[in-house]
Amino acid sequence: MNGRRIALITFAAVLAGCERPPAPPPPAFAATDLTGAPWGRDFQFADHQGRLRKLADFRGKAVMLFFGYTHCPDVCPTALADMAQVRARLGADGEKVQGLFVTLDPQRDTPQLLRQYVPAFDPTFLGLSGDEATTATTAADFKVFFARQKPDAGGHYTVDHSGGIYVFDPQGRLRLVMMPGLSAEAMAADIGQLLKGT
Amino acid sequence: MLASAAGAAEHVRIRQAWARPTVPGQPVGAAYFEIATERDANLVDLRSDAADLVQIHTMTHDGGVMRMRQVAQLKLIAHQPVRLTPGGLHVMLLDLKKPLRAGESIALELTLVDSAGRRQTVRTSVPVRTSAPSGRDQ
Repeated sequence: MNGRRIALITFAAVLAGCERPPAPPPPAFAATDLTGAPWGRDFQFADHQGRLRKLADFRGKAVMLFFGYTHCPDVCPTALADMAQVRARLGADGEKVQGLFVTLDPQRDTPQLLRQYVPAFDPTFLGLSGDEATTATTAADFKVFFARQKPDAGGHYTVDHSGGIYVFDPQGRLRLVMMPGLSAEAMAADIGQLLKGT
Repeated sequence: MLASAAGAAEHVRIRQAWARPTVPGQPVGAAYFEIATERDANLVDLRSDAADLVQIHTMTHDGGVMRMRQVAQLKLIAHQPVRLTPGGLHVMLLDLKKPLRAGESIALELTLVDSAGRRQTVRTSVPVRTSAPSGRDQ
């Protein structure tokens, strides 16, 4: 064969061996990826100022949703403090993050109490509460287990509950759950990615 | 001998005590410490100037579900320190009288009963701080 034909055949072989550039890998999150989950779509609760709130009200922001109760000495204040740290770490982007605390104990966690407790972690955070039935239904929808324990002689009781901060992207889709143990730094990085649209 | 941030009385030593800060409206707080005794004893009662009721609770993380259960008496075995730490055994301060602020201290009083029935009270000052003291802090 002449040199030109060899060159052409070689060129064709090289082209055939070239692949299209690979699709970008799916985003990697430190938190548990729930993208596409067919549950945890919405909620409806009164906030601590008496306004009825649903997920769509926060469209355009990343939402951090945590189910807990105020008589919880450790896990719940820690989660809320972490959520506040996420906002702080994101600087100006923190304006696009909404923290929400849903009480699993509406009997004790009245709007008056939530109005003191929740904004103390971050003034933009909202405490949400509903009646027992709404609380039970919504928790079940988010696969949050909770069980109020029997009160002692003094009326004190604890609430068993599963942990995790649920995160929605600015389009209102459930994307992540951040389990206890994840650092606020890692949480902020994940939320930052969601805000970028990845 | 009673030290300041640690507590010691005959046969009992408390180290690395701390309490978490609380926010306004927060009805309960948590405190932690390490306790060691030279004689077998039960920790039967706790009191604090910061709260109306003080109890010890376990925390278990059971298939993703966090449960707290009160421990009525904490059994202490001679020379085996017991550590109360976040995520495990902890002191619950119920009906807080006022928020716990980082930088302040609260008083904790523990009553122990040994196997001979002797009662002993240990008082310790517990600093309120955002994280556990390091191993060097007492």
